[in-house]
Amino acid sequence: MHYHSPTSVEDAVKVLAAQSGDCRILAGGTDLLVRMRSGLAEPDAILDIKRIDGMRSITREEGGFRVGAAVSGTEMAEHAALVAAWPGVVEATGLIGSTQIQGRATMAGNLCNASPAADSVPAMVAAGAVAQVAGPNGVRDIPVAQIPTGPGKTSLGPGEFVTSIFLPARPDRASDAYLRFIPRTEMDIAVVGCGVSITLDASGTCTEARVALGAVAPTVIEVPEAATALVGTPLDDPALSALSAACSAAASPISDKRGTVEFRTHVAGVLARRAAVIAKTRAGAA
Amino acid sequence: MALDSKSELREFKIVGTRPLRPDGIDKVTGKARFGADITAPGMLVGLVLRSPHAHARIVSIDTSRAEAVPGVHAVVTRADFAEPGEDVADILDNCMAGAKALYDGHAVAAIAASSGKIARDALKLIDVVYEVLPHVTDVDAAMKPGAPVLHEGRTDETVPEGLSPNVISRHEFGHGDIEAGLAQADRIVERTFQTEATHQGYIEPHACLAQMGPDGQADLWCCTQGHYMARNVCAEILGLEQGQLRVTASEIGGGFGGKTTVFLEPVALMLARKSGRPVKMVMTRSEVLRATGPTASSSIDVKIGMTKDGRITAGFAELRYQGGAYPGSPVDMGSMSAFAPYDLEHVKTIGWDVVTNRPKQAAYRAPGAPMAAFAVESAIDELARGFGLDPLEVRLKNAAREGTRASYGPTYPAIGLEATLRTAKDHPHWSAPLGENQGRGVACGFWFNFGGDTCVTLNITPDGTVTVSEGNPDIGGSRASMSMMAAEELGIPYEKVRTIVADTGSLGQNEVTDGSRVTFAVGLATIEAARAAIREMCKRAAMVWGIEPEAVEWVDGAAQPAGPNAGEHPPMTLAEIAAIASNTGGPIAGHHEANPEGAGVSFATHMVDTEVDPDTGAVKILRYTVFQDAGKAIHPAYVEGQFQGGAVQGIGWALNEEYIYGEDGVLQNAGFLDYRVPVASDLPMIDTVILEIPNPGHPYGVRGVGETSIVPPLAAVANAVSAASGVRMTSLPISPPKLLAALHER
Repeated sequence: MHYHSPTSVEDAVKVLAAQSGDCRILAGGTDLLVRMRSGLAEPDAILDIKRIDGMRSITREEGGFRVGAAVSGTEMAEHAALVAAWPGVVEATGLIGSTQIQGRATMAGNLCNASPAADSVPAMVAAGAVAQVAGPNGVRDIPVAQIPTGPGKTSLGPGEFVTSIFLPARPDRASDAYLRFIPRTEMDIAVVGCGVSITLDASGTCTEARVALGAVAPTVIEVPEAATALVGTPLDDPALSALSAACSAAASPISDKRGTVEFRTHVAGVLARRAAVIAKTRAGAA
Repeated sequence: MALDSKSELREFKIVGTRPLRPDGIDKVTGKARFGADITAPGMLVGLVLRSPHAHARIVSIDTSRAEAVPGVHAVVTRADFAEPGEDVADILDNCMAGAKALYDGHAVAAIAASSGKIARDALKLIDVVYEVLPHVTDVDAAMKPGAPVLHEGRTDETVPEGLSPNVISRHEFGHGDIEAGLAQADRIVERTFQTEATHQGYIEPHACLAQMGPDGQADLWCCTQGHYMARNVCAEILGLEQGQLRVTASEIGGGFGGKTTVFLEPVALMLARKSGRPVKMVMTRSEVLRATGPTASSSIDVKIGMTKDGRITAGFAELRYQGGAYPGSPVDMGSMSAFAPYDLEHVKTIGWDVVTNRPKQAAYRAPGAPMAAFAVESAIDELARGFGLDPLEVRLKNAAREGTRASYGPTYPAIGLEATLRTAKDHPHWSAPLGENQGRGVACGFWFNFGGDTCVTLNITPDGTVTVSEGNPDIGGSRASMSMMAAEELGIPYEKVRTIVADTGSLGQNEVTDGSRVTFAVGLATIEAARAAIREMCKRAAMVWGIEPEAVEWVDGAAQPAGPNAGEHPPMTLAEIAAIASNTGGPIAGHHEANPEGAGVSFATHMVDTEVDPDTGAVKILRYTVFQDAGKAIHPAYVEGQFQGGAVQGIGWALNEEYIYGEDGVLQNAGFLDYRVPVASDLPMIDTVILEIPNPGHPYGVRGVGETSIVPPLAAVANAVSAASGVRMTSLPISPPKLLAALHER
């Protein structure tokens, strides 16, 4: 097995282009190394992106934030401005694994692992996050929602990898929240996850909303009907009930060892309502 | 403590205090040597090939391609083992499949190679041809005629005609006339309960290192609850004399009953024999879950009658336990313990032992009792609440006491159930207010406890310190408690005694660490060994003083003349006697070998508050208190730890832990991600109340405490969930999807 540790995006792209076998991208390694240890992955080569310039930094850009692909959950949680602007995205990333895992796990890795139950992804989708991808044809920007295409599968082409995640600027009275359901309190995988991002006007009426669900379909899904249920309302009880119903209606889960269709469908609506109430409070509604 | 004042026991100086544990520093600094930490020069890595099928005939195994791989030193299949004796036949078949693979994960071959990578790659080159057979993993399905059959001809004479050959035996206990008792009831509750298999969940996977020379002398280092058991079983399977196989127990990262048998050890010895090299084997977590331990799953019918003032008029239970692929589920103990806490005129239990295509069950903390208690204590709770009665009062009204004829036969001596119930009733927890969606549950539990073959040697060193050798791996603080009992008896400081777990060459036969027996039986032997040493030391002092040994007594760590007639002699301390031992007859030691009776049954009452999220079915444990009789707590911190550990394992069993099988009979959750033991943040601090009703069978009054604590929590949690949510959950685990569905059905 070959280990590559390039220091520039250009070099990384070149290394990837030269690969003929199974080459995996290593960021935090909290999925990849576990898979290798358990024999589920036996790559021919590993490309470590942590030494590439910019991969470990969070930078301001157009009022928003560009989070490098190797930035850990802990580093995000320690970035006060990021936490203030996108508390839901940070808390979602903060739910991946234990404290030790948080020191390594990355949002971009969580995205590219393409689990339908990935915690950070519904929050990123609700945030309208955009992934920057480098590859043999240069650099392109692509909405986060379009990266995963199914369990373990992404839309990334041969030789492509995510270099950063961009979280856009926030107006006043805007916030987000992420909730997941797990049978335990920690060290678990979402049975259902829900990210909600909202913007309120001065009167407390919702002017913009985005809602995404995890673990209820082969990929994380955005639920436009849920957003519609919120926009134009003060996020009052009827609106929240409509949000709940829209999320349950949009869920198309499977029954497996972690939960049943009925459970996931119902809890999708429950979490959406609870997350919306948290986001509303964070956005400063009276 | 009026409840405890029956005894006229001595006043203790060391027993009952909380000295530092002797293994603490090594464990927190990572120096302790567990099973996987043992190495030997030239050591090979041993790995096991496991069946991917729940049930399959092994048509052929071709190992030639694997054997040809450079670095592979030995490949072992069942063909390498001689026909086993009857008493180890199932154990061997479980360690290495014979004609059939009987469960997903069943070992079919093993390799020893010079590296893990070579061994892993070579495993893939073993060609096994399977003929896949229909399988059954559910106990009720397995009993029906026409169910896929695991073994023919294993059914014993207790089983009536017409059932599947998977039904191995029928057990019956009780007395009185159930129908007559039920006729006196104002209300009868009849329900069926189910519990899923749960794993002991020890943190340390099974591991061993085996070495065997051409002279037939063999050594085995392993993580086990009983290295004497490992020696005897492996010697028989390998055709060795017991005296030629020396087994040393490593530190142990949890056992809970699951390490009272062997899985890897005979295979490692066979690989060592074939390769001529030391062979180390360490299981992965997936292997641990697929191929070792869990306890039985169960299906239990209960019928209990009660008068409106809370008197139980009759109790009946029919228990069906599947114990995996071989006979021996703990349904007999479940049937004996189900109604053991109660004084009943009419009581009957019937137990059925059933085999299925699951891993062979291993003992798990009070084997068989928690499921039975779940069923009985749930039904009693439902009756009590139905009549609007206090569930603790109802239990007090029916509680077994000294002189009660137990449902399983014997008449109880002094026991502590009533004390736990009264203490629970007076505890502030019982009257604390509850909020919305919160509920409180209680349940009682019983365990037999055990004695068993035991040897202890206590040596006095020339400088007057003391070493104690015991033959039981320390899974619950036995080194500390043996040192404390030795120090107490000898009248010297705790720090002057060091206790070790000796290898099989050093002591006679010792029963495994099971049945909550060690503090009782090994403690008794330690005290008797100390007394033997004291007698010898008194003899030496008598020799120096020129008086009769009978004229010398032992007081506060020194020999002294027993009375004025013995003459005027200043006391001789243990150290002074030790210093001149060489000139007074040689080294001084005491030893004791016994199979002590009188272990003393143990009872507990648990109380728990839960909060149910009505929108998700999630259950939160808010508060938990354990009330248990310890007889005498030698080291109270360890006793509290046992109470807490049992409660936590029971909470996991009640809420989230389960073996999940797919349609294909393959285990779906062979890892700690989806086999959910509680994590620290799931739980409040488990409060404990130690009661001390001395066991007359032990010099200090000790009763075993390790197992009883897992018996009540399944029912206590279920009863609390019922109180919080208004739905009675009869099937464990009470996982959120299951509880939410029940809430929606209501």
